[in-house]
Amino acid sequence: MKSLIRIGAGSAWWGDRVEPAQLNAERGDLDYLCFETMAEATISAAQVRSRRDPSFPGYDTYLDDRMRAVLPACLKRGTRIITNQGWINPRGAAERIVHWLRECGAPRGMKVAAVDGSLITERVLELTDRILENGKPTSSLRDSLVSAEVYQGAEPIVAALKQGAHIVVSGRVADPSIFMAPMMYEFGWDALDHAKLGAGNGIGHLMECGAQVTGGYFADPGFKDVPEPWNFAFPIAEVSPDGSAVLTKVAGTGGAVTLQTVKEQMLYEVHDPANYLTPDVVVDFTTARLEQIGPDRVRVTHISGKPRTPTLKVSIGCTEGYIGEDMFFYAGPGALRRAQLAKRILEERFKIVKLDAEEIRIDYLGLNAIHGAMTPADAPEPYEIAVRVAARTRTREEAIKVGREVDGMAVSGIGMTGKRVPHQDRTREIIGVWSSLVPREKIVPSLSFYEV
Amino acid sequence: MKVMLQHVAHARSGDKGNTSNICVIAYSEALYPHLREQLTAERFKAHYAGVVKGPVQRYEVDGLWALNFVAQDALGGGVSRSLCLDNYGKSLSARVLAFELEIPDGLRGELRGLT
Repeated sequence: MKSLIRIGAGSAWWGDRVEPAQLNAERGDLDYLCFETMAEATISAAQVRSRRDPSFPGYDTYLDDRMRAVLPACLKRGTRIITNQGWINPRGAAERIVHWLRECGAPRGMKVAAVDGSLITERVLELTDRILENGKPTSSLRDSLVSAEVYQGAEPIVAALKQGAHIVVSGRVADPSIFMAPMMYEFGWDALDHAKLGAGNGIGHLMECGAQVTGGYFADPGFKDVPEPWNFAFPIAEVSPDGSAVLTKVAGTGGAVTLQTVKEQMLYEVHDPANYLTPDVVVDFTTARLEQIGPDRVRVTHISGKPRTPTLKVSIGCTEGYIGEDMFFYAGPGALRRAQLAKRILEERFKIVKLDAEEIRIDYLGLNAIHGAMTPADAPEPYEIAVRVAARTRTREEAIKVGREVDGMAVSGIGMTGKRVPHQDRTREIIGVWSSLVPREKIVPSLSFYEV
Repeated sequence: MKVMLQHVAHARSGDKGNTSNICVIAYSEALYPHLREQLTAERFKAHYAGVVKGPVQRYEVDGLWALNFVAQDALGGGVSRSLCLDNYGKSLSARVLAFELEIPDGLRGELRGLT
């Protein structure tokens, strides 16, 4: 057994930068490079797109960019890759990765594994009972259901590694589990060893958002200054067999790994810090100890764990109508009073064109569009303002009315109105995401292997 | 002395569905008890009035000098349904930086960003 493994992050979401992944591959001296590429609605959005666009392969649209960037260095170093870029087509992604492995001169027989079994759209209404968010029966979603997927744990990835996979590509797997799978495999952790899995999953949680632990989503000038915030590296965890780790990054890059960056990420998207539910284990962060042991090196120990729950979380995506939105601009003295009159005009116009909306929101961007009702009454009037309008509707025809009424503000509006050319699509479909629970034993992952 | 929270603590927000969690972390161990005593769940909810529409639960993580606030019905129906430009609520954590705290004068040296 190794006494230490080096795990690097390659992405924290679909749109993340590619160059820090390449940097980690080339200079991180990594045993494993792990990619997390999904948000809550990624699977449902992919389902909608694949219905409309037969050429969409169903996996991460940046799969080629990412693999081309990291495979040469990963092959040279022997770095294995774990990734959830498979989205709704892990097997297709695996075949595509084999293509890039061949292009990069990978040895014959090198294995890529695809992990399936997360998608349960056809069975979800039989397998689930209540919607977690509102307590209604999941059967109420029957007519709007787009996709349902289970958050799988690390076990199927570990099984693939045991069967010799050099690269493992999955659909929906819980984000921290992607990073913990190599620890379970290398250190021989049992799937029910909640002490070690708690520690390992906690480290996975610190890694899953990439640069958010190395100085990203952090800087605040004068309060939390970060060196070279244009030159971030993604994190590297040096993990020990007991699940403790040192978090660090490639030397010579911007950003920082400090007690503060680690603490913020530790609680990011966590509800009860003593009971962070994952498919593999319940993580307890309240016992954690952090120590800055050097520049950009933080040792994380004593994250603990409790036995996993008997259920897995299911994400259920549903079509829920449309949003129409647009904006236009005012500047100079009196910008706010012109914006206020423009708002009134829109409100009256929406009555005239009988806009049928569930909710309408008209904000002054520059004053109250972000913090809304929390904006202080004595906030200073800005020099420039955008009037931003959005409405949620049941049909696309209604959503289109929003942009059409903003078009009218060009020549039928008020003085000194700045307008964008309406070139972009001003409507979008809403995929609402609900959650439910499914008994763990009902979900059976499947593995497929592809060889160079 | 009365100071804005931004001198006492840093914050980050995260989203899950229509729930926002905002963690607030003291810059030093000595500042933490004052943060913990004064920034209650009730005051937090009042400070976010108009945006946080559901209940607020506070969790303490003393070892990290951190409070974690979990605010329900805070993201306009959820990330995909929200009409707010910042539909993930990433900037919501900035609001708590304006919360006012009473800090003993002797801790002035621990405060961040004071000129």
